[in-house]
Amino acid sequence: MAERMYIMIVGAGKVGWNLARELLDKGHEVTLIEKDRDRYATVEQELEHSVQYGDASELWILERAGISRADMVIAVTGDDEDNMLICQVAKEKYLVDRIIARVNNPRNKPHFELLEIRPLVSATDLILRLIEHEVPEYGLVHLLDLPEQRLEIIEMMLPEDSKAAGQRVGDLEMPDGTLLISVLRERTGFVPNADTVLEPGDEILAVLDPSVEEDLTRYFGPVDAAPA
Amino acid sequence: MGSSLARAMLGDGHEVSCLDEDPESHARLEIELDGAWEDSGGHFTVGTALEIEALEAAGIDRADVFVASTDGDNTNIVIAQIAKNRFSVPTVIARVLDPYRAAWYERQGMHTICPTRVAIDMLESEVRLAAARAKGEPPRVGAVDHEDDEG
Repeated sequence: MAERMYIMIVGAGKVGWNLARELLDKGHEVTLIEKDRDRYATVEQELEHSVQYGDASELWILERAGISRADMVIAVTGDDEDNMLICQVAKEKYLVDRIIARVNNPRNKPHFELLEIRPLVSATDLILRLIEHEVPEYGLVHLLDLPEQRLEIIEMMLPEDSKAAGQRVGDLEMPDGTLLISVLRERTGFVPNADTVLEPGDEILAVLDPSVEEDLTRYFGPVDAAPA
Repeated sequence: MGSSLARAMLGDGHEVSCLDEDPESHARLEIELDGAWEDSGGHFTVGTALEIEALEAAGIDRADVFVASTDGDNTNIVIAQIAKNRFSVPTVIARVLDPYRAAWYERQGMHTICPTRVAIDMLESEVRLAAARAKGEPPRVGAVDHEDDEG
């Protein structure tokens, strides 16, 4: 096993409970905190001393659970304000290195970002992303986002009237900060070379700086789109 | 708490805008008011404070003072930071019932009002006064110590 960590999880809902179980199985030390008395009693039957009763937005509850020596704090309650506050104090008051916050309502994401809480996990976003992936006409699909490194990998289907269709990869003049990494055609993927000719319906994978995402979409988009 | 403050500020001649998720709370604003809240110059918006659109509809962009006094400490702490950091409201005040949380955020530069703290202070001085009287000692005035009793 990798380094053994002390991980605090706040919220013993389905996510928190299962997460605690998995992490305990992996050999980590885990404290799960739950503020609902009944839910606590249920979970305690299985996890015993690894679950504590209390409202983790009260600082003494976090302290009693040993937050000052926690390697990671994960806030997965059903309340976004609670998750924000717990992560903020974990990071700024108790100097916990690693935090993970759950976003229940995707519209609250900008608030988490304003308070510099990251990374974020949002079930709604994950499912939306899967929908985008399953229904490519939906537009551009994000396969990987590394916002701090200012990099992302996207997938995009070339429309029938794509400006790039029929062009050699070697002749493409893609926006600065973008790189074509592979092409998916008829269910197989390959790494293109300079002589590869792009076809309508090709799905392209590109790595790019997020700030030029729109330029790239426009570049591979239909001819009648607004000029770059 | 919010509605009483709103009426008082309106009475002082300020422009007051209230945001509440419950449309019924509008009625509370009109207690002891002659006529409708709007007729007296007040504004009322229905929405939750985490909705940026609702805050904007309530006119946060031109607010001089923002008071977060919902019944949730964490909500107040979060929206106070939104008002301050995103909308640059000059004066932002948050109601935080938990004295420990209030004290920490106060140290981080947030202006908090802790009703529990106020009540504890008042009770402390009353009890000390009564204790002193019972012992026949002269009352100690202003002996409330804030340093080591948070939480």
